[in-house]
Amino acid sequence: MAYFSDAPPPSRPRSVVVSGLGILSPMGYGAEENTIGFRAGRMAFSPVTIFDVSRQRVATAGQVDLPDAAPDGGISGKAWSRMDRGTRLAWIAAREALADAGLSGGEMPLVVGTSAAAMPVGEEYFKQALASPVRRAAQLRRVELYQAQRQMTDMARQLGVTGPLRIVSNACASGANAIGQAFHLVRSGRADRVLAGGYDALCQLVFSGFDALQALSPSGIPRPFDAARDGLALGEGAGFVVVESAGSAKARGARVIAEILGYGAATDVHHLTQPHPMGDTALVTMQAACSMAGISPGQIDYINSHGTGTPLNDIAEGNAIQRWAGDLVEKIRVSSTKSAIGHLLGGAGAVESVICLLAMEGQFLPASLNVREADAVCTFDLVKTPREATLRRVLTNSFGFGGANATLVFGKEGEIS
Amino acid sequence: MRTPLSITGCGAVSPAGWGVAAMMRLLEAGEKPVPSFLERAVGDEIIRTPVLRVPAEGATTPKFARLRRTSPISKFAAAAAMEALGENRLAEVAAGNLRVGVICTLTNGCVNYSNRFFAEALADPSLASPILFPETVFNAPSSHLSALIGSVSPNDTLISDSTGFLSGIDLAVEWIVRGDVDGCLVVASEEIDWLSSEGLLHYSRNYLPAEGGAAVYLEASCGPVELLRLPDPVSLAGAGREQAACEIRRRLGADDDGKTLLVDGRAGIPRYDRPDAVAWEDWQGPRWSPRMLLGEGMGISAALQTVAAVSALESGLFQNAIVAATGANQQSAGMLLGKNP
Repeated sequence: MAYFSDAPPPSRPRSVVVSGLGILSPMGYGAEENTIGFRAGRMAFSPVTIFDVSRQRVATAGQVDLPDAAPDGGISGKAWSRMDRGTRLAWIAAREALADAGLSGGEMPLVVGTSAAAMPVGEEYFKQALASPVRRAAQLRRVELYQAQRQMTDMARQLGVTGPLRIVSNACASGANAIGQAFHLVRSGRADRVLAGGYDALCQLVFSGFDALQALSPSGIPRPFDAARDGLALGEGAGFVVVESAGSAKARGARVIAEILGYGAATDVHHLTQPHPMGDTALVTMQAACSMAGISPGQIDYINSHGTGTPLNDIAEGNAIQRWAGDLVEKIRVSSTKSAIGHLLGGAGAVESVICLLAMEGQFLPASLNVREADAVCTFDLVKTPREATLRRVLTNSFGFGGANATLVFGKEGEIS
Repeated sequence: MRTPLSITGCGAVSPAGWGVAAMMRLLEAGEKPVPSFLERAVGDEIIRTPVLRVPAEGATTPKFARLRRTSPISKFAAAAAMEALGENRLAEVAAGNLRVGVICTLTNGCVNYSNRFFAEALADPSLASPILFPETVFNAPSSHLSALIGSVSPNDTLISDSTGFLSGIDLAVEWIVRGDVDGCLVVASEEIDWLSSEGLLHYSRNYLPAEGGAAVYLEASCGPVELLRLPDPVSLAGAGREQAACEIRRRLGADDDGKTLLVDGRAGIPRYDRPDAVAWEDWQGPRWSPRMLLGEGMGISAALQTVAAVSALESGLFQNAIVAATGANQQSAGMLLGKNP
């Protein structure tokens, strides 16, 4: 990754593949449980029990059933106890990704996206500072463990990953940006492989924030792209992938899950929390990612949309898809898996990338659940129930507060390059 | 030979005042700013925390609708970024002739509004302000910067320890070399709040929490201050802090030739300064430690070091400058800058 002014120029872009994946979502632990759940069209919302929601408008979310005790193998009870809820989610998914890739750590960069990071630890620090400010016991530990870089450094140590650590915090596009950055690190030859992903855990501040914005669906059932959609549901989880040069993966005989074909990132400056209504920047990132991939909209077999279920976001993305696809829009198959597991914020882009990879491996289309009457913006083929399909190239969109927009394109290996 | 990369603009907001000149005057004079005290009442008790604030007078925050409701962190970032970018380049961006990326690096982040919003949410969630919440997000300052300059180019926020600014430079290099942008603003910003200030003092009573912002504009050119070496940071996941600092020194490969300035990350707290002290123990050349004067600015520390190094090179005092630092809990990082004739 290093820059030296007298070093030779970078070689031609390299082919980049995914050689391992891991996922932990409200749908379940690991690739298999998630594949079964999305294939069956299951929804995974439940009452929030990890903090007080009794005075909120909404009381449900996609909460993961996470054990207090360290899982068997791979981590000590002491190390587990130091991890905040989000990092535990991340560790489980990252460990699966490494194992799936046939790796046990090593000198590779770790690029991680998160939005809330270890906020629950910060919340405890805050409460203690208010309640008993002169009591110092455990406060240093809370300050230390609140910091995302401390948590991720600890996680890397537990995983045996010793390369540089980069933590991207671009709100709800964080996870996608992390994978996109990893893609570029490998593509440019700056790294042979990178562990990349995203995570976020449910926490009170963020839950209250979305509730205060009245962005949460009062019923707790998100209906992305429904004409009468009324908001999102929050969720938690993590998705990780091992991003590797095709040459490196082949040299060590690794399983190649998919090729990363393209990545686009751009900034929507329309408003801090609202996208441009015509999806201008979403269009830019979709076009950029497909241009890099060397493919046209007609070659995309499935779009995992950002699809939050809020009135403004879905319109903007729908308009972007229409403009991007043009005359082909009716053939473009789109769904939002947030309808099943909620919005995983900083983890969303990474988890949805992994869902795309699972869909491509299993050759099925996950669904946008709960749609009664599709919004008029849905001139595309909105997938309302899971279906079997031939998937060779998939695209996933991620858009965040602050206008962070990202698009990733994955393909079956060898389809393009 | 790669395309040369240069830092062609700098900005700073610090306890010394608004602007790079104010900071450099203080550093050259070796003066410490006068601390003030944050006070909060808890029952009958008053908790007083010494801090180094950015002085209110002389503020250069740009007038921009989005910045009206923001907390200081975004205002510091905006002022530093505008100073680094300069009016001419701002006009070029507005005219669509210059693609400028934005990278913000933070440790503490938007703590003022987070503190306020969470207090409101605990008191009565139904009354918590929806205006505050979006400003609590880590990438709010970087979003405001892109909106301020009117750039749709990539925009990333990195969370890191005090060395994160160097990771930001690294990412900027990627973008520029790849041709994603014509130039890149790399900005660090932090704001003072009782919550974070008291938190810092749990590490050491001798820390003096500080706030501010710093920015550099990096582009592909043969400018007066060129980026010569930016080795990979050494993760503390695989090395102890002292070992990491020594490894960074080795990777920098800089000569102690008397013409090279070392701008290190020491803050004046021996326990935390030890890695930098050990790694550079035999350094005989000139050496600055801006943090000892400007306070513990967490995420802005390496940024202020960088601005100091660039300014020192521009002044013609030195041929090269090293920025080196070891953070508390992530990495050790460094950079070698050189002055072009």
